[in-house]
Amino acid sequence: MAVSTLPDPASPADAGHPLAPIPYVVRAVATETPDIVTLTLVPRSTKRTGPFRPGQFNMLYAFGVGESAISISGGSPDGQLIHTVQSLGKVSNALTRLTPGDTVGVRGPYGRGWPVAEAKGRDLVIVAGGLGLPPLRPALYEIFRNREAYGRVEIIDGARTPKNLVFYDEVQGWRRRSDLRVQVTVDSAGRDWYGDVGVVTTRIPDARFDPERTTAFVCGPEIMMKLTAQALVARKVPAETIFLSMERNMKCAIGFCGHCQYQSSFICRDGPVLRYSAVQTLLNLKEV
Amino acid sequence: MNPEVNHKVVREIASHPFFHGMSREFVETIAVEGEERLFVADDMIASEGGEADVLYLVLEGKVALELEAADRPPITVQTVGPGELVGWSWLVPPHRWRFNVRALKRTRLVALDGGIIRRTLHARPDWGFEFMVRFMPLLAERLENTRIQLLDIYGR
Repeated sequence: MAVSTLPDPASPADAGHPLAPIPYVVRAVATETPDIVTLTLVPRSTKRTGPFRPGQFNMLYAFGVGESAISISGGSPDGQLIHTVQSLGKVSNALTRLTPGDTVGVRGPYGRGWPVAEAKGRDLVIVAGGLGLPPLRPALYEIFRNREAYGRVEIIDGARTPKNLVFYDEVQGWRRRSDLRVQVTVDSAGRDWYGDVGVVTTRIPDARFDPERTTAFVCGPEIMMKLTAQALVARKVPAETIFLSMERNMKCAIGFCGHCQYQSSFICRDGPVLRYSAVQTLLNLKEV
Repeated sequence: MNPEVNHKVVREIASHPFFHGMSREFVETIAVEGEERLFVADDMIASEGGEADVLYLVLEGKVALELEAADRPPITVQTVGPGELVGWSWLVPPHRWRFNVRALKRTRLVALDGGIIRRTLHARPDWGFEFMVRFMPLLAERLENTRIQLLDIYGR
């Protein structure tokens, strides 16, 4: 197929070929946990990716190693991008080893994000598990900027142990806000932890929201999202108003190659954020 | 009302979610020897292996349920807060605590005598049935939560 028929990846016209990465320089590296880092990237020239919406992702290219889809965990109008990466494979391992001054390729942003505007006027329950918080972070800051436009906001953050909690100091800051309720829970902990211990689903019954006018954003490993969505449905939140961020192996990121096909959807193009009602039955299948 | 009963304890039991709607006579019967106990952060409320003769109702605060292993520091596997119960070893022979219970902050509990509850449940099967109908879902929920923890839902 001719290159000219490739869909527009929502990048500025000067980005050139839709699959060509734009060089960004690593400005800062923050270690979140032993295997998770947060990279702050700035464009190396005037060429930059387009504006992103909360929940979208970029393809990050570790030169000479390969590309990986990484959610956008922050950014600024001057083109700065923030990505939180866990070392899981060859590419992500290379990305977590980047140091300030290194160059990385970026193309994007891609996909459908969180329906932040659609949720206005409603209560919000935001549930993050493991590395689920970074993709939700831009949505949270957009909600904070328009806090009066939403009803009650409940944030539930879960991790395996306290040392696996990412953006911990930031979350502690949110806990001091009077217009949010933040619950943090871990699966197990030592004696230096005075917070909650228990699976993330155990915090749902205690969450304060009106189920009929609630929108839920859930992000984390698939099994965590499935169990959380079930707990929300048990609290009478309609499956149509629960949104999950699905993850699949992405290659082209523009709905072309089929690597991320999820039954009739391409996660890169139709997701990554999908309604629970659309994937509910698929989540129970061993393989899709 | 039984004059030996601590009226404040009866009120606390009756208003605890677990006992909502249970007969006043049952509540007064199990309240005999019952008392309110106050703990501060890091106080040990019960120790693994110790005699388990108490059912605790959490009124305020938060406690950690800890597992001990000889070769490692204690691990908290669950925290329990207001409106919940702590301890079922008083019901299950050999009546020894299966975990440590440690206060994580200032915590107010009602302690009920496990022996009295056991004898009451035996003597009045109608109360015993009602109690177990309420108790079993808590055990099932904790078992379910333990299974989810075993799934390591935040794993790779």
